[in-house]
Amino acid sequence: MAGGKEIKSKIGSINNTRKITSAMEKVAVSKMRKAQDRVAATRPYAEGMRKVIGNVAQGTLEYRHPYLAEREIKRVGYIVISTDRGLCGGLNTNEFKKVAAELKGWKDKNVDAQFAVIGNKATAFFKRFGGKVVAAQPGSGDVPRLADVIGSVQVMLQAFNEGRIDRLFLVYNKFVNTMKQEPVIDQLLPLPKADIAQKEHNWDYLYEPDPKPILDMLLTRYIESQVYQGVVENSASEQAARMVAMKAATDNAGNLMDDLKLVYNKARQAAITQELSEIVAGAAAVG
Amino acid sequence: MAMTVQLDVVSAEEKIFSGLVESVQVTGSEGELGILPFHAPLLTTLKPGMVRIVKQFGEEHLIYVAGGVLEVQPDTITVLADVAVRGEDLDEQAALDAQKRAEEAMQHASADFNYAEAAAQLAEAIAQLRVIQKMRKK
Repeated sequence: MAGGKEIKSKIGSINNTRKITSAMEKVAVSKMRKAQDRVAATRPYAEGMRKVIGNVAQGTLEYRHPYLAEREIKRVGYIVISTDRGLCGGLNTNEFKKVAAELKGWKDKNVDAQFAVIGNKATAFFKRFGGKVVAAQPGSGDVPRLADVIGSVQVMLQAFNEGRIDRLFLVYNKFVNTMKQEPVIDQLLPLPKADIAQKEHNWDYLYEPDPKPILDMLLTRYIESQVYQGVVENSASEQAARMVAMKAATDNAGNLMDDLKLVYNKARQAAITQELSEIVAGAAAVG
Repeated sequence: MAMTVQLDVVSAEEKIFSGLVESVQVTGSEGELGILPFHAPLLTTLKPGMVRIVKQFGEEHLIYVAGGVLEVQPDTITVLADVAVRGEDLDEQAALDAQKRAEEAMQHASADFNYAEAAAQLAEAIAQLRVIQKMRKK
């Protein structure tokens, strides 16, 4: 019986792998549900913030905050959010590809880029890719906290304040639905103007107490909330992508096992047939 | 019918309130503010305190916020709160305990004691208690 044993042990090992992938799928499903709730819970704040900032960017303010002013682009900064672990399909790869494509565009215009990375996968990627990484931070696991992102944000804001970068972008995977996650690149600084039609009158806020501290606090908080929102979305995307990838892996393992079982049975049958015909032939020779 | 304005109160964790209101009262960094529809654009920071909302048709609502930012436009008001809790969800015992702890910490000041933090905690606890008391009186 040629190869029977080998095929059998192969089937066994595939079965073990399938058990692991199907367990990972189930874990991802339950984590994804929690992560999805978190996305839904943080969206109102991020949207409220965006609305207020949109208004701020439109007004004719007496104090022009540096975050509102466009300046000539010599260097750009990216905050790249990735996952900590792999086995989540093409999630990280697609994101990094998008960044790499953008970078090529900047390079043609002689613009340098700096990176602040959140998540181990991005850290590893930019180490290989080359590129100036000014801040690296592992991801914060399954329950992202605001405190975890503040470090990287501060580094980039400081770089912007000191003129080391002229534009700041945020890269993350947006959670569209379970089957779809999209890598997006959002411009954080300077603040993009709201899309709504310009209001007719020039107006300014009344400030209590003074414009500068309020705008400082508001804009810093805006950036933090956007980055935090990115981390939360990315974590939901990670779980969804892992769920899909593990489901596919489990299905593939099942198919592979079916095929191998067929091969095994055929080999077994062939062996039996051969043995029988040998016996029959032997009996005929004797008789 | 009284004039109304759209109000949104959101905290980092959830949306607390969204709807039409006749007036809003908040604790700004410079003092109490009452805001009616068609108020001029205003931007201010908030101190720990309560947000008193008079909804359309006169129903009153109390929300506790631990600080944040208030933005007023003639047609919308947005409160971006650090932490916000609906008045009816506030825990009086927890607030009283927090007040006691903060006061004790301020009296028995030790070397590694952070006065500003304790004072902020005390202010938060007192603000929460005020909201609870206001709710009782209603």
